[in-house]
Amino acid sequence: MISGPALRSWLAAWAACLRGGDVLVLVAALGVCLASALSLWQGGRPDKAVIKAGGRTFAEVPLSAPAVIDVPGPLGATRIEIQPGRARVAADPGPRQYCVRQGWLNTAGAVAICAPNQVSLALSGRRADYDSLAY
Amino acid sequence: MTPSPTEDTRGWASSCPPPGGGPAQSGERLLRPTADDHRIARHAAAAIVLTVAEAAVPLPLPGVKPGLANIITLVVLARWGWREAVWVALLRVLVGSLLLGQFLAPGFFLSLAGSLLSLVVLGGAAQLPGRWLGPVSHSILAAFAHIAGQLVVARLWLVPHDGVFYLVPVFALAATVFGLANGLIAARLLQEELQCSAPASAGEGQG
Repeated sequence: MISGPALRSWLAAWAACLRGGDVLVLVAALGVCLASALSLWQGGRPDKAVIKAGGRTFAEVPLSAPAVIDVPGPLGATRIEIQPGRARVAADPGPRQYCVRQGWLNTAGAVAICAPNQVSLALSGRRADYDSLAY
Repeated sequence: MTPSPTEDTRGWASSCPPPGGGPAQSGERLLRPTADDHRIARHAAAAIVLTVAEAAVPLPLPGVKPGLANIITLVVLARWGWREAVWVALLRVLVGSLLLGQFLAPGFFLSLAGSLLSLVVLGGAAQLPGRWLGPVSHSILAAFAHIAGQLVVARLWLVPHDGVFYLVPVFALAATVFGLANGLIAARLLQEELQCSAPASAGEGQG
């Protein structure tokens, strides 16, 4: 292991190779990295929830403000909860509760289907992570 | 920075009569390498060695390489000027691809496009005030130009789909890290060549 003072002088020798503008160029380069990552890697972020009941679109809700929506079905009401950036099926009258136990959906293309009550919740975004999903 | 002193006497195409007084009308041309040519060849050879050595290092993502040979390009640029740097860099791309069996393969054109664009950027960067922007700046700018050139060729020809740009952040980070490392090494080599033990005062003395 390198001891403290030796490490410091070693780093100082390298830092002496940097001139004033070099630091600015380095910071700008890191900024380009960060900006490109932020702008190019956000395709999976959803922007709205599509709720269907009985095969027809019941509502399209933006994922910007919290909301609770009750969707009527043959067995009763399926309660869907919306929060900024995510959505879930909070309660469902179906027997097996698969769609409720899926929990929060937070990527574009994710789907929760409550088949007995014929209700589905899907998130859509600018670009989905999946072309299609099969269960 | 310093224009090479014997630029016009470079002997690539100069015809000299044979010294032994042979038949002058045969049209034979004797190529006599100048000191410049020897120096370019030495630097290119060093860069080629680094290219071949680097090809043996396994890397996680294709297309991301340290580009150690660019250290030589940076040193040549600082000491002998842009024209020699162009010679060294392009000879390195050509011979390196021949040695690795990549000549005229897609990787060769990616490498060539990246090198050409980074040489253009280095030509511009060398005009900037050297007091503020040293080899580290040159290296980072050239590294970004390199990935830009590669991405343009990849997008237009190899992968005609915008999906290639998904990797831009990875390439940008690699360009930053390896550009910084190569630039620092080049700066240290230049310091030692100039035998300046006190780098801070050396930088001011030259500015």
